[in-house]
Amino acid sequence: MCLGIPAQLVEIVDPAAKIAKADVAGVRRDVSIALCPEASPGDWVLIHVGFALARIDEEQARETLALLEQIGPQYEQELAELRAGTP
Amino acid sequence: MRFVSEYRRPDLARNVLREIEALVEPGCPVRIMEVCGGHTHTIYRHGLQQLVPPEVEFLHGPGCPVCVIPMGRVDDAIWLAEQPDVVLTTFGDMLRVPGKRGSLLEAKARGADVRMVYSPLDALELARREPDRTVVFFAIGFETTAPATAVTLLHARDEGIENLCVFCNHVTIGPPLRAILDTPGTLVEAFVAPGHVSTVIGTRPFDFIARRYGKPVVVTAFEPVDILHATAMILRQLRDGRCEVENQYTRVVRRDGNLRALDALAETMELRETFEWRGLGWIGESALRIRPELAAWDAEARFDLPARHEDDFKACRCGEVLVGAIKPVDCKVFGTACTPERPLGACMVSSEGACAAAYQYARPVSLTTA
Repeated sequence: MCLGIPAQLVEIVDPAAKIAKADVAGVRRDVSIALCPEASPGDWVLIHVGFALARIDEEQARETLALLEQIGPQYEQELAELRAGTP
Repeated sequence: MRFVSEYRRPDLARNVLREIEALVEPGCPVRIMEVCGGHTHTIYRHGLQQLVPPEVEFLHGPGCPVCVIPMGRVDDAIWLAEQPDVVLTTFGDMLRVPGKRGSLLEAKARGADVRMVYSPLDALELARREPDRTVVFFAIGFETTAPATAVTLLHARDEGIENLCVFCNHVTIGPPLRAILDTPGTLVEAFVAPGHVSTVIGTRPFDFIARRYGKPVVVTAFEPVDILHATAMILRQLRDGRCEVENQYTRVVRRDGNLRALDALAETMELRETFEWRGLGWIGESALRIRPELAAWDAEARFDLPARHEDDFKACRCGEVLVGAIKPVDCKVFGTACTPERPLGACMVSSEGACAAAYQYARPVSLTTA
């Protein structure tokens, strides 16, 4: 029920009513940006029941991925060092 | 899809699984509860329970807002749909949920005007287009969804649209968590906290779990790698003897949440003294109602609802499933008298409920019929 779908804002359709057009997985749909008025065209937002709830922070997304890419190798390196250090 | 498929990458899942294996203490079980139907669904769909070491056990809490609506409230919605000149609108998930008098879909088949909407704004648009009808929006959902209802109410007030009203059944996430933690003998050692509720309320409302109950909390996104990542973060907290509220969903969730959404909620709704949760019973200050200033848009103020209390079915053990005391398969009626087609209990009524997810993805298949 609390499903949120990433979408990219395409254009502001009605600035007064805070309605924007968003590309939701290839489908274009009007969404309300009343809860996220700072979002502008090009921004990625999270859509829930027709409302943009939050902006998606692309830098944070990249950081999480970079962290996840390192987790395993780091662990393996630690293991290797442990083995090398064992007399 | 961007921001989705990256978090399903098998190489990342393998990385995190290796981390989890290194963090688990062999023979020491760790029971982690998730309280969002989206998480429950991901865990079953991607078989995460089978991927993690046997020491890690996922418990499925009361995270499905469709499931926890008591049968008496569903009956009230059906009653509303049967009133003259009323159009009853709600989300698709709610249409199949049975009360004592059947479901809204069955009421529609009998001739009631019941329509599915994607957004509460669609109900508002319907009210604009059909000024001679009274459009009732049967509102359900946690704090994720409640701000959408709040903004819709404010639009209706500001535009003077009087033929729309809301049957408010929004619930809050904190009180049921406290109820679970206060259950004697609770097995829950840590929480995977709901990411999308947290976009609205932020991470502070979970602080009491770490401070008062000494249990780790990780606010988490919805893809399989996200949930594995949160599991590793919880295991690291337990290994280091920490209990904190950490945020795994940094790409979306901010510590203070969405202030604009919280303002809209405060302007339109207030806490009920108490509310009944299907499977859990009455929980104090666990739901929202519409403020008296907006009574003109409140279905409970405009209609004299039957508001009859209906007991849950006796054979159903949803209450124990929802606090993590038993697994869905431990219930005698699971998959026999209680199925997604004919649900008896809360956890079977929507695809996000623990029993429905277990039925769909994790049912033992008999070799003779397979």
